[in-house]
Order: sequence, then C-alpha cells, then structure tokens
Amino acid sequence: MNPLTHITARATVLDIANIDTDQIIPARFLTTTTRIGLGKHAFNDWRYRADGSPDPNFVLNQGEAGDRVLLAGDNFGCGSSREHAPWALLDAGIRAVISTRIADIFRNNALKNGLLAIVVSPEQWASLHAQSGAAWVIDLRAETIQAGAVIVPFKIDAFARACLLEGVDELGYLLKRTDLIDRFEQGRAA
Amino acid sequence: MSGKTLFEKIWQAHEVEAAEAGRPAVLYVDLHLIHEVTSPQAFDVLRARGMGLRQPGRTVATLDHSTPTTPADAEGRHTYADAATEAQVRQLQTNCAEFGVTIHGYDSPSRGIVHVMAPELGLTQPGMTIVCGDSHTSTHGAFGALAFGIGTTEVGHVFATQCLLQQKAKTMAIEVEGRLKPNVGAKDLILHIIGQLGVAGGTGHVVEYRGEAIRALSMEARMTVCNMSIEMGARAGLIAPDEQTFAWLKGRPNAPQGADWNQAVARWKQFTTDSDAQFDRVVTIDASAVEPSVTWGTDPGKVVAISGRLPEVADEGVRKALAYMKLEAGQAIHGVPVDVVFLGSCTNSRLPDLQEAAAVLRGLRVHPKVRMLVVPGSEAVKRDAEAIGLHEVFIAAGAEWREPGCSMCLGMNGDIAKPGELVVSTSNRNFEGRQGKGVRTVLASPATAAAAAVAGVIVDPRSFQEAAA
Repeated sequence: MNPLTHITARATVLDIANIDTDQIIPARFLTTTTRIGLGKHAFNDWRYRADGSPDPNFVLNQGEAGDRVLLAGDNFGCGSSREHAPWALLDAGIRAVISTRIADIFRNNALKNGLLAIVVSPEQWASLHAQSGAAWVIDLRAETIQAGAVIVPFKIDAFARACLLEGVDELGYLLKRTDLIDRFEQGRAA
Repeated sequence: MSGKTLFEKIWQAHEVEAAEAGRPAVLYVDLHLIHEVTSPQAFDVLRARGMGLRQPGRTVATLDHSTPTTPADAEGRHTYADAATEAQVRQLQTNCAEFGVTIHGYDSPSRGIVHVMAPELGLTQPGMTIVCGDSHTSTHGAFGALAFGIGTTEVGHVFATQCLLQQKAKTMAIEVEGRLKPNVGAKDLILHIIGQLGVAGGTGHVVEYRGEAIRALSMEARMTVCNMSIEMGARAGLIAPDEQTFAWLKGRPNAPQGADWNQAVARWKQFTTDSDAQFDRVVTIDASAVEPSVTWGTDPGKVVAISGRLPEVADEGVRKALAYMKLEAGQAIHGVPVDVVFLGSCTNSRLPDLQEAAAVLRGLRVHPKVRMLVVPGSEAVKRDAEAIGLHEVFIAAGAEWREPGCSMCLGMNGDIAKPGELVVSTSNRNFEGRQGKGVRTVLASPATAAAAAVAGVIVDPRSFQEAAA
C-alpha cells in the first residue's frame, strides 16, 4: 500500500444519522468477485432517480468532480460487515469520512483500505460544518483537519495510523509473527 | 484482584501476542466460516502471494447469500437471479477445491445459512473464537464463543495466518431480570433491548446477556438474541454456556465424542463471568415489561410495542423514517396493511421459529392480498420441519415453502419485494431498500409475522396464539 500522509479534498456534508452500509452500497451490487468498479454504485439508491439519471438534489451529484471528504451524521457505517462499502466510497473519490460516531467494523475496514475514518466531537463537527464550503486538508501525521480558518485535532488508532503513514501492509506484519503463531499452536496441542 | 468476565477469559486464551502501546493484540481464530459474497477477494490475495491457508481445517464454507431458494431442476441445475450471483457461487466452489477448504454446497445435507448450519454441525463450541465475513457472526455467541464479523481484508489475514490484529473491546452486561410474559419471545426481547439502547448503544463493546430471562431461553432463542447484537453496534454478543448448551451440542458431528466429551464440558464450564468481575457498563432490562414488538422505521432501533403508537417527530431521523415508511407520527402500528411476509434469515429460521409461526397458521389461510415466503435456515431445518409436517401447514395456508438460504433478508438472490410494498420480516435489518428498492420492512417475531400474514395487517399475535393453545 502507498503511504498516506495528507488528503486535500472538498468537503461534502451528508447530515443524516445512522447511514448504514446498505445505503453506501446496496446488497444487489455485492455479487462481484473483485474489489474494483463499485464507485458508480456508491449511495446508489440516493444518488440516482428511477430512470437511472443522477438526482441533482443529492449532494454527491453537486459541485465539480474530484476528491471529497464526507462530513456525515452520527453513527456512520452501521450494519453489514461488507468491505464493499469502503471500496465503493474510495472508488467514488471519497478519501475520508468524518462523523461523531463510526461503526466498528466499517471503521476497521475503511482504515485497512486507506479510507480515513475520523471521529470528532459534536462541537468539532459543528465547527467543521460551518466550513463546508472551503477546501480541507487532513494531515495524518499531525492528526489535524484544516478546514478554512478552523483547525480540528483528531485521534485515530495509533497502529492503523502508523501503517497508513508508512504504507505498511498488515498481512505482512502478521506474517512476521509466524514464529509466535507456531509456538501458540504448539502450546495448545501439548 | 477482581475476577474476569467471560469475554476476558476467551480473549486471554487466544492471545498469541498481547497488545502494547501502538500495537494491537494478535488473536488466534479457532473457527473461520466463509460464504460466497465476502471471500473471493481474500482468496485472490492468497493467489497473488502464492500462499495457501495456514490451517485449512479451521475454515468451513457454505453457500447461502446468493443461492436461489427455488428447487433445482431434474438435472440438478439451479436458476439464479443473474449471471453474477451464479459466477459468485461457482467461484467459491472453485476456490474451496483449489485451497482444500471443506464446502457445504448443494450436494451437502448440511448446507444452510452460515449462522444456522455451523451450530447444527457442532462446529460452534463454548470458549472458541469464531469469525466470518458477515456481521451476524455474533449469533455464535449464544454458545459462549467470542464471535464477530470481519471484513474481506481480514478474511485474507485469517486464511494466511489464522490470526487477526485486534483492539480489545470494552465490556457491557445486559442484565435481563425477571421472566418474559407468555407468548413474548426472544425476538421481542432483542427488539426491545435495541429500542432502549439505540443502534449505536453497543458500539465498541462486547455484550454479555445475563439474568433469569436469558437462562430460560432455548439455544435457538439465545441465537436470535445474540444475532442482533450488531444491530446496536456491539462487536459481539455472548451468553455463558450452561447445561442446556452442553445438552444441545452433545452428539453433533463436530462435537467432542466419548471421553473427550466429558473433558470438553469440564473445560467449557470455566467460560463464565466470575462473580466479582467488573463490566465497563451494566444495563438492566425488566423482562416482564417486554411486549410483542416490531420496528416502525428504517433502523432496528426504531421499535414499538404492537399495542403502542409511533413517536412524534422529534428530529430529522424520525421525520425521514416516517416519510420512507409512509407512516404518520403518533399513529398506531396495529392495523397497518401488509403486502409480504418473510419467515427466515439467520435471526429466525430455525425449527422452533417455524413451529412458532406454524402454530399461528395451522388451519388458517394467508390473507389473499399477502404473499408469504417461508425459507428454512438450512437443509437440516428443512428436513426436520418436513418430518413433522410443518411444510404442509405452511403450504395449506397458502405460503411458499422454499429451499434454504439468506433469501429476502437482503435479497441478493433475487427474492425481493416490489417498490413500496410493506414486508413483515423475521430478519434483522429494516434499512431503506434492504429487501428491494423502495421496499418497507417491519421486523417482527415469527408469531407476529404469521399473524400478520393471516390478518393482512400488523396485529398482536397473542390472540391467535391463545386461540391455538
């Protein structure tokens, strides 16, 4: 994985609580056997009208193309464990999700794919919301979100952060512990 | 020193490497369950690295999410919803053959929804760590196993190393005091709990369900409770094993046999929370206050007793949910018209669930405006149900008796309702579009679902249950 230190992107506000992974990527698009090409179905049922055309009222259909940071309502990513959710968001150009709460499995899946999943306090969320017209810079090393005139500090899991900053592959990290795993298995068999 | 919780005991028994500052624990996985939807990309990771599974004997596969619930034709051919679902099923068959993983495919008498078939086979045992690329893996916690859903990247980690990198969750006790009223069941209880705690109430926690009402539940009912732990955001749900757990497991194909059985039971008995252990959070629920309950909104935390009324519009979430569900603030849920009834899913597709519904339906007809699907959770459930004639009750009532699978819970296999239709469903998620685009889902118990099928509207099932008794 390539190291990830900064994200510069426009903020898009999706102020809806409890956005579940069925909204992020409906189950009927999980029939793929690869990770690619899911972006066109991200938020499919909110994004397209019945005739298949983009709904101009949906925020992700507004503004110019390019990378985005999603400022989402409370408890983002609840529901299914489908990793297709972060795959779809990344493929749709969403590089980070910021919310006051993020569901455990989604957060875990997101960070393993380089999609920043950042939890902020309700007060911080409100101050970011006030800056949603500006370009934002997320500095993963400093753990700050610079949104216009506002700088919001955040904390993400230290191990996930280190892996992202250095481009460490977690499977490689686990494979380096093969001796420990051998010993554990031998200890149980004894 | 204070004692340990059940969760801490299982965790410690599986720590290959303890967590340190800036580094998660390495946790050993005893049992890895896979299905066709969340595994193909993980097999590709093995291929790209030229690796095999570290412990192929600890991974078991089944086909459930994308499989048709209509029978195969005379040549054994299945009719799939589309080419993609068929390709996904074939890919799992190919992957399992290539990597030496046991698969319970169409030729297996044990195929079924992963969270139904694994306990039936005795694969699920107390004190184990169990993972699957499926959030309802929490189901297996009913046996006192630490069981949780993982993403596909982690499926690859387990394939390659039999381990996961894990941060330790916090602990929460849900003490269910007293007894449930007659004809109030596990589904009503867990909906009530999620309604109380909310859909993020368990985030970051492993929940242990405790108390008299939990001990009184059958193993199938305990699975229903643990299954929906994820719907309040919990990492896992647990119930300490007891004599009922051991009796249920005894004699199952993968359960220890002979002298090993007694040793196993002695070991399993240690997997309980010590009396002086401390939980990070304790919630108390009064079992006697639980009523037959359903959801009214678009997340599993929006719960109402069938005798109750919908809330007033307190926030945007309520307004949005009411608008999607085409319901009014303050209205009664009783009497809301129903189009489809789905009896099935890893929450409620086991034999006692089908019996509960059949007891309501026996000798009655499904309302002419309602379509009812009954989808047993596994080949074993289907056989057992047919052996006691339950299928005849459903068919005589006008319901469709289907082949096992996840079916309309998430509609991947094409079992979906039409836009705008209202489905009373024994499944676990009422998210927008979950059962088809624009479809409205009301989560309910098997008895409530059966009563709705007969009445054509949402109704308290107790009048039917009392009449049948």
